[in-house]
Amino acid sequence: MFETVIGLEVHAQLQTQSKMFCGCATEFGSPANTRTCPVCLGLPGALPVVNQRAVEMAIRTGLALHCTVQSTNQFARKNYFYPDLPKGYQISQYDRPICENGWLELQANGTSKKVRIRRAHLEEDAGKNIHADAGSLVDLNRAGTPLIEIVTEPDMHSAEEVVSYLKSLRDVLMYIGVCDGNMEQGSLRCEPNLSLRPVGSDALGTKVELKNINSFKFVKDAIEYEIKRQTKVLSEGGTIHQETRLWDIERNQTAVMRSKEEAHDYRYFPDPDLVPLVIAEEWIEELRATIQELPKDRHQRFLRDYGLPDYDAGVLTSSRALADYFEACVTLFAEPKLISNFLMSEFLRELHQAGMTVESSPVSPERLVGLLQLVHDDTISLKVAKEIFPELFAGDKSAAQLVEEKGLRQLSDEGELLALIDAVIEQHPAQVAQYRGGKETVIGFLVGQAMKRSGGKANPQKVNALFKTRLAP
Amino acid sequence: MNQVEHVANLARLQLSREELERLSTQLSRILAYMEELNAVDTAGIPGTTSVVAGDANVLREDEVQPSLSQDQALRNAPDAVDGLFQVPQIISDR
Ligand SMILES: [Zn+2]
Repeated sequence: MFETVIGLEVHAQLQTQSKMFCGCATEFGSPANTRTCPVCLGLPGALPVVNQRAVEMAIRTGLALHCTVQSTNQFARKNYFYPDLPKGYQISQYDRPICENGWLELQANGTSKKVRIRRAHLEEDAGKNIHADAGSLVDLNRAGTPLIEIVTEPDMHSAEEVVSYLKSLRDVLMYIGVCDGNMEQGSLRCEPNLSLRPVGSDALGTKVELKNINSFKFVKDAIEYEIKRQTKVLSEGGTIHQETRLWDIERNQTAVMRSKEEAHDYRYFPDPDLVPLVIAEEWIEELRATIQELPKDRHQRFLRDYGLPDYDAGVLTSSRALADYFEACVTLFAEPKLISNFLMSEFLRELHQAGMTVESSPVSPERLVGLLQLVHDDTISLKVAKEIFPELFAGDKSAAQLVEEKGLRQLSDEGELLALIDAVIEQHPAQVAQYRGGKETVIGFLVGQAMKRSGGKANPQKVNALFKTRLAP
Repeated sequence: MNQVEHVANLARLQLSREELERLSTQLSRILAYMEELNAVDTAGIPGTTSVVAGDANVLREDEVQPSLSQDQALRNAPDAVDGLFQVPQIISDR
């Protein structure tokens, strides 16, 4: 019997405007080799200068992941040759990463656990290789884009745990606005390293690094495949080689990329072109203040402060914009559950259909709350509110205006309702007799008739209650 | 000698037998000299990693500056196709 041990390296692209060490733009999708300069092309004599915003994003990432931020930082050169690396080295950090010793919580098998984060460091991305028949082609637009590499301790034991960790990490990075979290475009890349050991053993087995994984599904598939493969090799008395394996999407299997022994001799040394980066305590505290509440904390607060069900809190805190919108509504109108229900159904549906985001919603919290207040004070039914919401969404009228114009005001006046009820009683003596004879379900029919007579405007709860009093023996 | 060969390989230098022998001797002498420097007690003195006058924190604002044109970027390239640098076939990805 074997136990699986998994650690994870995640590379997240920091959402800066310009590159890590030069002013070239970082945006995705420009024509090949139109976002380069002497610095990121590695031309002789060009000197790198650190992007302050990238440093701030790295610090905020570290704080969000409960890390210690290193006061003195040094950039190092990681030396290797590859066509997408024009300088012959990657500027990275080695023995003094900017952030160390943090943790992040994951949820798996119905419980939560902390995964220790060993380090998070700043580095620059490489360019992109395209393999063609005539040779390999290189686009250096991405070369020099700032990355933060986040490395865990080998604390995970299943694909489920890794996927959960990765989702939490992605949530955090997106929430604090340092990464767009797009795995398909490569803004978030994950490289699990995986080994097996006999159950009960403390020693780590030989690990295999997995690459080419650009979706949550592939993370799960690749890890599950690799667990099976290694279990088979070890069960048959074989040995695992330390190597990097690529996930082959077509064949649904991992295949060896290269052997590691030689490749890992990077000869790191401090980059003499870059002066030390000293991070003062005040700077850290300034940045700590800019970190918004993290999704998990906000989720807990929504349960506690608004008495929402776990499901609601989860949906509402899944994006910062939606959570902000909800809280703006609650501030105006203290009916959290009514608001939550409406946001999760009608509101999100209309946004989705219009291809819009919460940020660009044409309905402000004020107008939405205006509608729900009409429901709350029985001016209109919830059903009517749902019916007119698309119009509220598409136009700029207030809910009260729409209700007035369309004559949708709910009939709640007791005198008017009683007149309606008496008319129904007179018209359906047979059903009334049945009700009086003990067949209570007939009341549904009678209420239905009264609703019909009112053109759907009568308040159904009130009609129901009034029927019961009227027909009481 | 093995070590020199290994470092040469890392640096993608192709050395002849004669060059290897000559460099091995030279490097041994350089390393011996470094050993002498190692004798100096540097405990408690932070390493000097840069000779740029005493600074720390040379930072720039996150502002986009004009890049080179594609033509300019590719001007030094021995081969280029469709705006891309062309290099000998890479067998495996990193
Ligand atoms: Zn550049």
